Amino acid sequence: MSSEPTPDTAAHPALDRQDIAHLARLARLAVTDEELDRFAGQLGAVLDAVAQVQRADVADVVPTTHAVPLTNVLRADVATPSLPRDAVLAGAPAAEDDRFRVPRILGEEA
Amino acid sequence: MSEPLVEFDDVLTRYEPVIGLETHVELGTESKMFCGCATTFGAEPNTQTCPVCLGLPGSLPVANAAAVESTIRIGLALGCRIASWSRFARKNYFYPDIPKGFQTSQYDEPLCTAGHLDVEVDGETYRVEIERVHLEEDTGKNLHVGGATGRIHGADHSLVDFNRAGIPLVEIVTRPVPGAGAKAPEVARAYVTELREIIQTLGASDVRMEQGSLRCDVNTSLAPTGSLEWGTRTETKNVNSLRSVERAVRYEMRRQAAVLDAGGRVLQETRHLHEDTGSTSPGRSKEEATDYRYFPEPDLVPLAPDAEWVEKLAAGLPELPAARRTRLQQEWGLSATEMTWLVNAGALGLVERTVAAGASPADARKWWLGELARRSNDAGVELTELAVTPAQVAELTALVAEGTVNDKLARQALDGVLAGEGDPRAVVQARGLAVMGESDELGAAVDAAIAGAPDVVAKVRGGKVQALGALVGAVMRTTRGQADAATVKRMLEERVLGG
Amino acid sequence: MSDLTALSVVELQQALSAGETTSVEVTRAHLDRIAAEDGALGAYLHVDGEAALRRAGEIDAAGTAGTGLAGIPVALKDVFVTEGVPTTSGSRILEGWRPPYDATVARRLKDAGTVLLGKTNMDEFAMGSSTENSAYGPTRNPWDHDRIPGGSSGGSSAAVAGRLAPFALGTDTGGSIRQPAAVTGLVGHKPTYGSVSRYGLIAFSSSLDQAGPMARTVLDAALLHEAIGGHDPRDSTSIDAPVPTVVEAARRGAGGDLAGLRVGVVRELGGDGAREGYDAGVLERVAEAVALLEGAGAEVREVSCPSFGLALPAYYLIAPSEASSNLARFEGMRFGIRVGDDGTRDIDEVMALTREQGFGPEVKRRIILGTYALSAGYYDAYYGQAQKVRTLIDRDFTAAFDDDVDVLVSPTSPTVAWPIGARVDDPLAMYAADLCTLPASLAGVPAISVPCGLSEGLPVGLQVMAPALADDRCYRVAAAVEAALGAPLTDRLAERAA
Repeated sequence: MSSEPTPDTAAHPALDRQDIAHLARLARLAVTDEELDRFAGQLGAVLDAVAQVQRADVADVVPTTHAVPLTNVLRADVATPSLPRDAVLAGAPAAEDDRFRVPRILGEEA
Repeated sequence: MSEPLVEFDDVLTRYEPVIGLETHVELGTESKMFCGCATTFGAEPNTQTCPVCLGLPGSLPVANAAAVESTIRIGLALGCRIASWSRFARKNYFYPDIPKGFQTSQYDEPLCTAGHLDVEVDGETYRVEIERVHLEEDTGKNLHVGGATGRIHGADHSLVDFNRAGIPLVEIVTRPVPGAGAKAPEVARAYVTELREIIQTLGASDVRMEQGSLRCDVNTSLAPTGSLEWGTRTETKNVNSLRSVERAVRYEMRRQAAVLDAGGRVLQETRHLHEDTGSTSPGRSKEEATDYRYFPEPDLVPLAPDAEWVEKLAAGLPELPAARRTRLQQEWGLSATEMTWLVNAGALGLVERTVAAGASPADARKWWLGELARRSNDAGVELTELAVTPAQVAELTALVAEGTVNDKLARQALDGVLAGEGDPRAVVQARGLAVMGESDELGAAVDAAIAGAPDVVAKVRGGKVQALGALVGAVMRTTRGQADAATVKRMLEERVLGG
Repeated sequence: MSDLTALSVVELQQALSAGETTSVEVTRAHLDRIAAEDGALGAYLHVDGEAALRRAGEIDAAGTAGTGLAGIPVALKDVFVTEGVPTTSGSRILEGWRPPYDATVARRLKDAGTVLLGKTNMDEFAMGSSTENSAYGPTRNPWDHDRIPGGSSGGSSAAVAGRLAPFALGTDTGGSIRQPAAVTGLVGHKPTYGSVSRYGLIAFSSSLDQAGPMARTVLDAALLHEAIGGHDPRDSTSIDAPVPTVVEAARRGAGGDLAGLRVGVVRELGGDGAREGYDAGVLERVAEAVALLEGAGAEVREVSCPSFGLALPAYYLIAPSEASSNLARFEGMRFGIRVGDDGTRDIDEVMALTREQGFGPEVKRRIILGTYALSAGYYDAYYGQAQKVRTLIDRDFTAAFDDDVDVLVSPTSPTVAWPIGARVDDPLAMYAADLCTLPASLAGVPAISVPCGLSEGLPVGLQVMAPALADDRCYRVAAAVEAALGAPLTDRLAERAA
């Protein structure tokens, strides 16, 4: 991204094509060139609009992450029946040896 | 591996190591972290899965109370501050063994913070500061197909089993530990050993490294001796045994020293330990730095353990290993060194149970560190794996104490126990190992010895009473050691010197 | 019997329990209407007539039809998972998927003996206000086929308004029940956050999503609400409290007496100095409805909620952020479609291709925006800041409800239904449709939309907002408006067609 945000003003970095491409990679979206152009324009306008939140005076305001005032919602440690394996694998795009088959992984060894 | 290495002792002449450990412990709960699926190890693939742990659309998590309590108990055992407000967070990244596209973990609001664990190496105590203890969920397991050795590289595709996905996982993160110097590898090992024992004592997990229910990532860095700044650290993953913890640190110290000696720069990277060679190799470096985009998990509400709950859990903690060691050392009147031997031999619990079964602490120690240590050594197994129970060992010591057997016969009785012939008393009976008391049989043996050595008899009668020893030896030989030497001596005195 | 699809749920209950009709007949009447009309409307994504008739036959055989909701047909927005029944959330990426389990609300409706007619169209993953973002084509407004039926629950609104279902379930994240209800002349209620289970509701924005009823009358909506509401141990955010007595409140409100009720008109939502973007006709109908409330004995005053103006930017940060994470599981590995797995591509490429081809443009835009708002270095300025604004909005509600009023009212939608295609390439214009519904979503408080007349021949909705867990107040006020206006607004649609 091009620069650091400055939260105390409505100023914010624009999202250019390169930023969109980076975010799309992070989000596993193989966007096309045409989409990059279109999204850059549209998201720029959206970002202008949503950056209005930075105008709010929120000193000493606690963020709301949950709309319900609940804590400590827990379940007892009791095992309950799992799904039948046939049902588990029935929806899979590919299965082999009772497992989900996935394309080769180019990542770290786990 | 062809990487240049510096001799270990040489490393310490120029560099100071700093270590750090991240330990993952799979909790031994009946059900998973956020759903009711069972957690049985080794179950058929994908038979312990449901919409929640498969990350199917629409499913929602509900946290397991026992897992939360286990985490708090681990925190308490490590002297941590238990947060009064704690939250789960989503750690977003894509990987096939992560069913939801994020791992439910904790980020800036963990359940436990700021604890410590003291470990002892060679009589020296090292304090390992605990930064945090948090609760998260395990991933599924990938099986790589089409490659040479089931490894990821060169594999054609992979197969995923989600039985493990969602099993509660506690992560215990230390702060960097400086100042251990040459002892750094052993401190790392001692830390994991002690941590494992604590968690075992708590009953929170079976902590079996070979099954992956305890896994370690070991961070190592080097700085030039006297430097105020720490060096760049590497994170060694795949460390699956206590020995490997030590080896990983040792290897990284030697390798990093060679890099620094050559004027190079240690790369901040993930490395993998190879159990066979004890060496590490770099993991795939990622194209871009990972951005996990943590944010509070909106599908779970905050955890807010109140004082009453935490106090109740604290009151229910069992005696922890360090306190137990101190108590037993006092009760048994041992020196610190003797206690260390006992602990290092892995015999503490065995001795404790043997004493509980009626043996004296001295006898119990003598057996487990002596005869039984020898046997386990010869057989190449752990003491705990010997086919003898602490109760049976206590029975052996009782048989000796009451004079039913002597030490030699007791060892023969042990042979029988180990061979599966039953408890010591039964073996003594069956094998006829009991000491021979004053009997006709023994009288006959005494008489035969007297008759067979007239010259010795004459010496004894002439005043050389100590010559009687030769006659005792002869009787013991004919009775194959089964007679009680004191009884034999008394009978000889009576019969040679008269009443 | 006359046309069974013209009856309200309450009338169907009476007819069924009186033995004047059967569940099979009622179901068949709706299936026939679906067959006749849905080609033009596009309200349904999936209808299994045989299964519905079989189910209706079972209810008839059991003799329970007319008891509660037994034997009454219902439509579900395709965002609810239904065991063995295709569920797409309006997305190509779930094409062909048959879930192995039921959403809690689907299960409750099943247990209540309802007959599932089918799954209704929606904006993909509930992202939109027009149902044009469905991967399976748009749904049309029964009042004017060239106009949108609202969204994202536009399939449900069109189905119920067009009498292709007696009532239906929708979901509301930023207005997706209320706005489509408003623009099709229906009653639509977004319950208190946490009062209806989200288990099995395919998540768009977890901290905002709520399921709720859409019906032609207030009482019908209340009946559906009671059937789905209440605590669910499978949803950690589910409130363990009794379901508000909404049916009773609807009956009471229909009596038309609101004496002593204090009603606040939100200045920032179409009031003085905040009328830009609002249709004059909408404001007129709403003002008339407020006058009706006054006539029924309510005390009306204007209330200022200064932070409501920031609801839109806050919402369009929070919802996309949560969505970017909620939609990460759609990567073609365990369910749904997979694209490009030809043996040459690695898993990252296959995931990216699957998501590229499986998601539509609005979903991709929001994923990218949300990914940005959560990314390191930007979190505090965007997502974190938006959550603080959320607190400010909540404070505005608290202040209003603590001191001044029992309910707040506003237009539901600033405009009537707009022509299909008018806003598809202008995300901000589309987002503006949610202006009035967003504050209640962000605060988690209940809000209902009740028809209050026509403007330009198209329905207008009045929104009634109440404190958390006081859903009954919404129903009471809505029922009073409905009673004052006479027959349900959709009757006029039927008259027009006749």
